[in-house]
Amino acid sequence: MGEMRVAEKSSAKPTATARTASGGELVALDQPHHRNEGMALKPDLFRHVEVNLSAAQRRATTLTTRRTVKKQWQAAWLIKAIQAIDLTTLVGDDTPGRVKRLCAKARSPLRHDLLAAMGLEPGEVTTGAVCVYPTMVATAVKALDGTGIPVASVATGFPAGLTPLKDRLDEIRYAVGEGADEIDIVITRAHVLTGNWTALYDEIAEMRETCGAAHMKTILATGDLKTLTNVYHASMVAMMAGADFIKTSTGMEAVNATLPVSLVMTRAIRDYLDLTGYRIGFKPAGGLRTAKDALAWLILMKEELGRDWLEPDLFRIGASSLLADIERQIEHYVTGRYSAANRHAMA
Amino acid sequence: MNEIRDILKSMDYGPAPEAASLAETWLDGHGRKFGHFIDGQFVSPPDSKGGKDKSFASTNPATGEKLADILIAGEREVDEAAAAASAAFRRWSRYTGTQRARHLYALARLVQKHSRLLAVLETLDNGKPIRETRDIDVPLVARHFYYHAGWAELMETEFPGYAPVGVCGQIIPWNFPLLMLAWKIAPALAAGCTVVLKPAEYTPLTAMAFAEICREAGLPKGVFNVVNGAGETGALITGHEGFDKIAFTGSTEVGRIIRKATAGTGKKLSLELGGKSPFIVFDEADIDAAVEGVVDAIWFNQGEVCCAGSRALVQEGIADRFHDRLKARMEKLRVGDPLDKAIDMGAVVDPIQLANIEARVAEGVKNGATLWQPSWAAKLKSNRGCFYPPTLLADVEPASKVAQEEIFGPVIASMTFRTPGEALQLANNSRYGLAASVWSQSLDIAFDCARGLKAGVVWVNSTNLFDAAAGFGGYRESGFGREGGKEGMMEYLVPAWTKKAKPLPPATKLPEPLPAGAGDGHSLDRTMKMYVGGKQARPDSGYVYPVLDAKAKLVSEAGFGNRKDIRNAVEAAHAAVGWTAMTGHGRAQVLYFLAENFEARKDDFIDRLHQLNGGSSDKAKREAEASIARIIHYAAWADKYDGAVRAPMANMLSLALNEPWDVMAISCPDEAPLLSFVSLVMPAIALGNRVVVTPSPTKALVAGDFYQLLDTSDVQGGAVNIVTGDRDELASVMAKHDDVACHWYFGSAAGSAMVERESAGNLKSTWVNNGKARDWLDAGQGQGREFLFHAARIKTIWTPFGV
Repeated sequence: MGEMRVAEKSSAKPTATARTASGGELVALDQPHHRNEGMALKPDLFRHVEVNLSAAQRRATTLTTRRTVKKQWQAAWLIKAIQAIDLTTLVGDDTPGRVKRLCAKARSPLRHDLLAAMGLEPGEVTTGAVCVYPTMVATAVKALDGTGIPVASVATGFPAGLTPLKDRLDEIRYAVGEGADEIDIVITRAHVLTGNWTALYDEIAEMRETCGAAHMKTILATGDLKTLTNVYHASMVAMMAGADFIKTSTGMEAVNATLPVSLVMTRAIRDYLDLTGYRIGFKPAGGLRTAKDALAWLILMKEELGRDWLEPDLFRIGASSLLADIERQIEHYVTGRYSAANRHAMA
Repeated sequence: MNEIRDILKSMDYGPAPEAASLAETWLDGHGRKFGHFIDGQFVSPPDSKGGKDKSFASTNPATGEKLADILIAGEREVDEAAAAASAAFRRWSRYTGTQRARHLYALARLVQKHSRLLAVLETLDNGKPIRETRDIDVPLVARHFYYHAGWAELMETEFPGYAPVGVCGQIIPWNFPLLMLAWKIAPALAAGCTVVLKPAEYTPLTAMAFAEICREAGLPKGVFNVVNGAGETGALITGHEGFDKIAFTGSTEVGRIIRKATAGTGKKLSLELGGKSPFIVFDEADIDAAVEGVVDAIWFNQGEVCCAGSRALVQEGIADRFHDRLKARMEKLRVGDPLDKAIDMGAVVDPIQLANIEARVAEGVKNGATLWQPSWAAKLKSNRGCFYPPTLLADVEPASKVAQEEIFGPVIASMTFRTPGEALQLANNSRYGLAASVWSQSLDIAFDCARGLKAGVVWVNSTNLFDAAAGFGGYRESGFGREGGKEGMMEYLVPAWTKKAKPLPPATKLPEPLPAGAGDGHSLDRTMKMYVGGKQARPDSGYVYPVLDAKAKLVSEAGFGNRKDIRNAVEAAHAAVGWTAMTGHGRAQVLYFLAENFEARKDDFIDRLHQLNGGSSDKAKREAEASIARIIHYAAWADKYDGAVRAPMANMLSLALNEPWDVMAISCPDEAPLLSFVSLVMPAIALGNRVVVTPSPTKALVAGDFYQLLDTSDVQGGAVNIVTGDRDELASVMAKHDDVACHWYFGSAAGSAMVERESAGNLKSTWVNNGKARDWLDAGQGQGREFLFHAARIKTIWTPFGV
């Protein structure tokens, strides 16, 4: 089945989606990379891989003792982190007003005087996307009209993913219909925990099909998968099934993005690239709260995958409170004074 | 163009320098000139001949800039330092453990307090990255003092019957200047010893900073002394009569010189020498983990690490994938200013070392190795400091020099293997045996390999991990003695009674050997044969010598063994692998059986002892009965001399295993000929060693009677091989035999000196009596842990775990 789908997809239109801006002109979104067309499920290509925990932990720990950025380099790297943020609100009390506020922050994440001090123009720096529930997509699309900032929607029974498959697929269709450019799907963790790779593959492949032109990020919920070997195997299946991004967490698991898990996922991305030539994006989510965290993940991307994976087409950070800390650190860079949160507009 | 925009495009790291000002100020404060630290004072003596000071410059290898001038210690300074340490020893060794512990603890605290100065100073002097001095060297130094403060506190209860060896001369290398200082002096001070330390001439600065810390901590004067200088000063220390112990870390070549220089002086010696440690990657390994392991193995400290994983052995089926990933990883490494917090490798210690690395790599390439360096490697050439890129030499053959000899630089030689068995063969195909790293997700494969490796430290799925609680030290020509752990303390202790041991009377001269059958026609019932490989053997020479009784009457003749008899005995011992493979339980049963059979023939032994020794028959009876008791004693130990399990870090066990030496040589004394023979052979074989033993030459018949017992007691043929003849002549052959790993010698002072000197060839571990007497009947002197400690070598296996 996978093979056939690949064949169909190969004739699909190129990648970058476009949306009509208020003036009626087409605005290219910042998603220049080619879609992942997937491949047939081949468990033999990953099943033998066992991840050694202590070695992964050691690498993760020493990444940030081996690399650091200071002064203007740190400021620039933090700007890069902002550009990677999927500014997120995924809570039960979300309202259109809250989402509009979030979108305003996504368009203008940094105070203009700070931008000016760094020689940057207003509008030059936006977040990578905003990420909301499906019913909030329309609000977000409207709020971001003309900005080129994509709207991402979670779907497929987020966060547990245990609603009927039909409903989960319908949810994708709904979100895409509302104008979502990116869909963050969740997987059935049971398929990983029981080693049912075929079921996992089929499910993700069907979701990918349903996403159509919208980019698909596959949330593995690594906190539920527990072992790094599970994380590696699930990453490979998700990519084989056509995920454009693999994403660590919903933000709702007990443990969300960690560096060792992210290390393993980036290595899976490298292995899949070697296998197919497709470049898959990575999105850590949940648990990145400080500027220091953001730098750690940027270092991870640069060291393990390379320069290209520092751009928003291949790297996103799912976060809600991270931006506030980055703003404070950037103000400190500009003024030399320690900053306070109330000096920066809230999301 | 806007700078932030530029960086956003390039996403370069940019510089991240650690300020050197703290260390520069400290150097300025000392006028950038250092002498020595003797008796609690910094001394800069003018040259005794009134001429110019003899000094050398310490330079920063990353820039070539001079950091300070260092005076060279001559005879007078070494004398003064030794005298100061000796005077201090009288007081320091009488402190209670708690008092010494307080001092060590204070040193640990102050190392932590001054950690930044120490880290920066070390980086300036050595060229290693500040990341490593900050995260690895200095924390391990503090850890070492804390840990040994504990041993000082516990010494009286944990080492009963032991006393500090005395005044120690310690010579350390330039690769981990401060850490090696800590490894040397912390156990010495904990044990109650005092120290004269000579830092390496390339890197003397942190030792001087540490001396200052000792003053700040209020360490009594003379307990720790520093003399600066190069090899000549080192030779003054190793040749000085004022030292009871020499500890050296450095090259195998110098270790050999020191072994010879100290031979016969009674000095205790520990050597931590070179290595060519294998880094073994099995096909079910986590390859990414192993690739990162290589970074920690050979690109740690610029590869200037004695235990560096410098020989990659990769299973053939995954070799291409492994090398591809390794190359990709190498491309990402950053080499540069060691004070930059975002670099992986700093500068090689000195232009001489850099030239040495370059020459060895060039030779490797000439011999067929395929050189691979990152694309940016050539750029390093324009740097004024001593920088060398991370380097992979692939397609290396075992016969190539780069596979056998230490390069001491960031160069890994790689070859492939087909099976786990072949991996072990290749790994052990080395003169060295310091460390090894094993990568496999299979517990079975990893442990099989770890047990089979001839190496003092084995890291499973990890590499270059250190902790004060885990012993570190080599097999084979990587030296002997351990640093760290309880075993490390033993290097600074001696049984208290030995301090008062008396010299033995001169041995009776052996009568001239004669061709067998050339005697005067007297009727003898038999000639004692040798016992080799479980069979009686005639001497190769065909010569025998007369064995006389207490009244100098001929009792029998014994074979006059020569070098070929020793050769044959060593071969037989090597073949008897089954004895080592047995369980302790199995060996215990054999020894109990041996004791039983001895009991049955006790009267024969009493008669024999009486005949050979004369004296009262009561004395003979005591010796025979003590011999039986001793066999039972070691039967009891055979399955109980356990190692230790430590948890040096989270999710990590380090296993200290007591492994046999495989083949040992034992030269027995004349005193209590049966009991001393039993007392030496039994602990050795109880732990699984196979021995080549020479009994007391003049009382050799006791061994002749004994091998009949061995024969009837299921002791595997080849486990005990007995060669009779001249003690020192045979000992010389054994000491020079490169396939013997350990030699115990109990004879004359001259013989002890000879054994220590001649063992330098393969740097076998030796245990000699220096011609001193031992009361074999006394259980405190004649049996127990001291014997077991010498009968085993400790292998530390590190195994991380976790899912």
